[in-house]
Amino acid sequence: MIARLFDDITPRGQALLAIVLALALAAPFIVNDYLLSVLIVTLYFAYTGQAWNVMMGFAGQLSLGHAIYVGLAAYAAAWLFVQFKVSPWIGLFAAIPIAALCGAIIGFLAFRFRVSGVYFAILTIAFAEFARIGFDHFTAVGGSAGLFLPVSGYAKYDLWNLRGGPEMFYYVILAMVVIAFLICRALLRSRIGYYLLAIREDEQAARALGIDTFRCKMIAVVISAGMTAPAGVFIAFYNNNLFPEQVFHISQSIEIILAPFIGGAGTLFGPIIGAALLQWLAESLRVVLEAVGIDMPGSKQVFFGFLLLLVVIAAPEGFWPGIAARFKITRRK
Amino acid sequence: MSKKTHSAASLVTRRTVTAGLGAGFLAGTAPFSIGRAAGAPLKVGVLLPRSGYQAGIGQDCQRGVDVAKAVLKQMGMPDLQIMNGDTETKVDVARTTAEKLIADGAQLLVGAFDSGQSTAIAQVAEQKGVPFVINIAAAPPITEQGYKFVFRNFPTGPMILRDAFLNQKEVFSVAGVAPKTAVMLHCNDTYGTAILKGTEAMFPKFDMPYKIVEKIAYDPAARDLSVEVSKAKATGADILYAVSRLNDAILLTREMIKQRWSPQAVLSIGPGWYEDQYLKTLGKNANGPISFVPWYDPNKKATKLLKDALAKAHKGIGLNTNHVYTFEALLVAADAYKRAGSADPKALADAIRKTNITDNVSPGPGIMFNEKGQNDKLKCSAIQNRDGDTVTLAPKEAANAKPVWPMKRG
Amino acid sequence: MPLDIYVNVAIGGILTGLVYGLMALGLSVIFGVVRVVNFAHGEMMTIAMYLAIVLFARLGLDPLLMLAPIAVVLFVAGYFLQLRVINRFITRPEHSQFLLLVAIAIIIVNVLLMIFGPDAQSVQTSYSFDSYQIGPIIIDATKLYAGGAAIVVAIALVAFFRYTTIGTAIRACADNYTGAQVVGLDVNRLYALTFGLGAACVGAAGTMLVIIIDVTPALGPAYTLLAFVIVITGGLGSMSGALLGGVLIGLTEAMAGLLFSPSAKSMFAFGILVLVLLFRPQGIVGRRTA
Repeated sequence: MIARLFDDITPRGQALLAIVLALALAAPFIVNDYLLSVLIVTLYFAYTGQAWNVMMGFAGQLSLGHAIYVGLAAYAAAWLFVQFKVSPWIGLFAAIPIAALCGAIIGFLAFRFRVSGVYFAILTIAFAEFARIGFDHFTAVGGSAGLFLPVSGYAKYDLWNLRGGPEMFYYVILAMVVIAFLICRALLRSRIGYYLLAIREDEQAARALGIDTFRCKMIAVVISAGMTAPAGVFIAFYNNNLFPEQVFHISQSIEIILAPFIGGAGTLFGPIIGAALLQWLAESLRVVLEAVGIDMPGSKQVFFGFLLLLVVIAAPEGFWPGIAARFKITRRK
Repeated sequence: MSKKTHSAASLVTRRTVTAGLGAGFLAGTAPFSIGRAAGAPLKVGVLLPRSGYQAGIGQDCQRGVDVAKAVLKQMGMPDLQIMNGDTETKVDVARTTAEKLIADGAQLLVGAFDSGQSTAIAQVAEQKGVPFVINIAAAPPITEQGYKFVFRNFPTGPMILRDAFLNQKEVFSVAGVAPKTAVMLHCNDTYGTAILKGTEAMFPKFDMPYKIVEKIAYDPAARDLSVEVSKAKATGADILYAVSRLNDAILLTREMIKQRWSPQAVLSIGPGWYEDQYLKTLGKNANGPISFVPWYDPNKKATKLLKDALAKAHKGIGLNTNHVYTFEALLVAADAYKRAGSADPKALADAIRKTNITDNVSPGPGIMFNEKGQNDKLKCSAIQNRDGDTVTLAPKEAANAKPVWPMKRG
Repeated sequence: MPLDIYVNVAIGGILTGLVYGLMALGLSVIFGVVRVVNFAHGEMMTIAMYLAIVLFARLGLDPLLMLAPIAVVLFVAGYFLQLRVINRFITRPEHSQFLLLVAIAIIIVNVLLMIFGPDAQSVQTSYSFDSYQIGPIIIDATKLYAGGAAIVVAIALVAFFRYTTIGTAIRACADNYTGAQVVGLDVNRLYALTFGLGAACVGAAGTMLVIIIDVTPALGPAYTLLAFVIVITGGLGSMSGALLGGVLIGLTEAMAGLLFSPSAKSMFAFGILVLVLLFRPQGIVGRRTA
């Protein structure tokens, strides 16, 4: 079954994939901790990008408030850990349903009342902002003063409670990215996946064909929200502190969507390639600016903005489709 | 770095080689520091928010770093080689930047103004066994984690509050007043909420003459505080108990003038009401507010050295908390290096633990750390704005003026 | 609380709301006609605010006097932005347009940060501390002037769209893109003109706002969001809707802050937005489009 998921990648593509995976597995032994922490951030955005992609790339619904799922999941798992010493793996059982429920509410309200396109995007922003301000006043989880997770020594690796050094977190997020990839691929091949693609291309035609668009879109939204939840749990235990201003902020939502857009929304490898490209650009920029001696705060973001502009104008479908075609990694069907 | 690198491939290769040497050391000792002669400058990584919304404060702390070199030399301290890092006001960037500085050879870290970012850096420092001296961050949990490599020479929220109430009583007694009511106006962010919670917990224990009749929280992003001031004015309280930042303080003062509200005093616990920008922008209207903050002792010798150095390097900028505590963090680093005689991180950490600097700038007996790595002997001051400058009203040993009460604007 | 507090706060809310309304008017015009989601709206306003600050600092010119010149500058900038850059994206999917403007917004915010630094800057005119007192009612002078200026500009804009040929042509484009082309209107030029007008609008709003509040580079995104909330609440494509929405939001925020917790007052704006999106997506004044 797994093999069937990869049958549209050329042999060359499969070889490349294998090499990349091998390198990824060996990374903690090759690179230093600084680069490792950069890789962790990259994989984090690759993961959230894939989760977000289900809503946008597959179902065509632009969500600009995805930070709300990250935040809700993060707070749920963190709170359980702080209050009851519940392991994050168990916490997932609370975090995922909460995020999925939130997605369901937003989806229900939106689709039932035919809110779509830009309006849907703004609706998602409104919800995220509502959550941000709400949590700022939610004193039971610390409010704006933040929620701090107790940290124990680093000498031992506690996988059950996600306490430990960066290597452990690296493998966890790597595994998450791989699993997300497999889920997305399976979803795309399933009947729901095809329905979603149909809805994305032309919703009215899909409905005319008898597809229950409401149900399908709801499924996409719920899956997307639920998939985003583990990222929230991860970030809570990696950073060990949560502030509503940072976790729910619109800048987080925008960061989440940048990777899949740059890589290619709607494609499977897009979010991963996009995340890698963005992080590489960010770090290279930082190095170049340092070497050249420019130390004006904001200069890095300006360059970044221009690069983004360039990408948007020159490669609007994202980089992945172009790369894939050129290097013959996927088989054109 | 000797040459510019432009491709990720060469970046990884160069770093990989360097990292290969360092990766083996789980204690995280920077590969080039072992065996380094004690005469060489200590490599200190300074992490501050140089961009992002805290950029202004980060840049202000940097001024403390800039003048430190000259002053430390005057005090007979060894040289420090400063490596600058920008946390971009983001927690994950703080973490990766800390990693980067350590990988680049930093033997000690200083930073990072913000509690969230400092927490992230503390984790990295503790894990790598590199000492981290926090310049400014008030959240108590940072030194409650049992870290062995994290030190903080800055009062925690509860300490700031305790001193605030004690100093208020002193000011009241010197001025001969006993206000009966207060309205609390606080920013709804990390700092403001911490002070609110602290006040609720500690206020009953200090037997203050006034009662807090109402607590009004405002959105830190709000640019229009007229509603908040209206509400505060409506309480008719004797004093305004403010917890805000620079921009809000200016806004609030303007609103108070527009709405014609002049309480007996404005007592502020936190930044804003005494800062250069506040004094400059409001001119005569800035007179009056009393701030209860970590400050400097104007009567200490080292303070004069620091003030002069700052005046020379940055004209027109008054000495403030950011400069003082960032400087003192570097002072701790230099002093420990002098006593340890080596740049080995563990030796440095042990030396820092035994710090006892009495010739310093902040009020109190000096810089010394308890078993949690916290300097719990620090004292905060009460300062009042007076004609474009600030004077210290309390504690007694650091005072150099008497309070003006009730406050007079213009 | 005595009644005069409520009245004072309400008046302040309405006056500020008028300025918000003018800002949102610019967005309504742009979105209503060109159908571009201008996510850099607040950032454009921030540019205008900084321009006003520089002119005040260097030449001592009162922002209200600088209203016209600054609006013109923004108009020209908006015109060429639309004609040269955004126009290529009209036919592209919405998320492409959005990303384009996000990129532009990022660039603007950070260039402003590089030039002006992160600290809040303000314009302190001779009347910055003034207020008028009528009995127990106290009215903030700066808000009064800003609100008044907003009304004047809004009336001018409405008159333009209703009574001039170009205004009618623009409205035609909004109603029917193909039809307008068939009739021979140079749609690209008109789009650019509209964007320019929208930018001029937001520039004027910024000049007024700068005497009320302080500006930081980070202000842009917050006001972009506010503009969207107002426009959707009031009704897309409706100018009176934008003004009404602005006043409504300004008023509710002020009253909510007074009655409940001021720090949560933004939640009300979002709450209203959600309700409008769900139950009356055409906005209060807008007409339901097919």
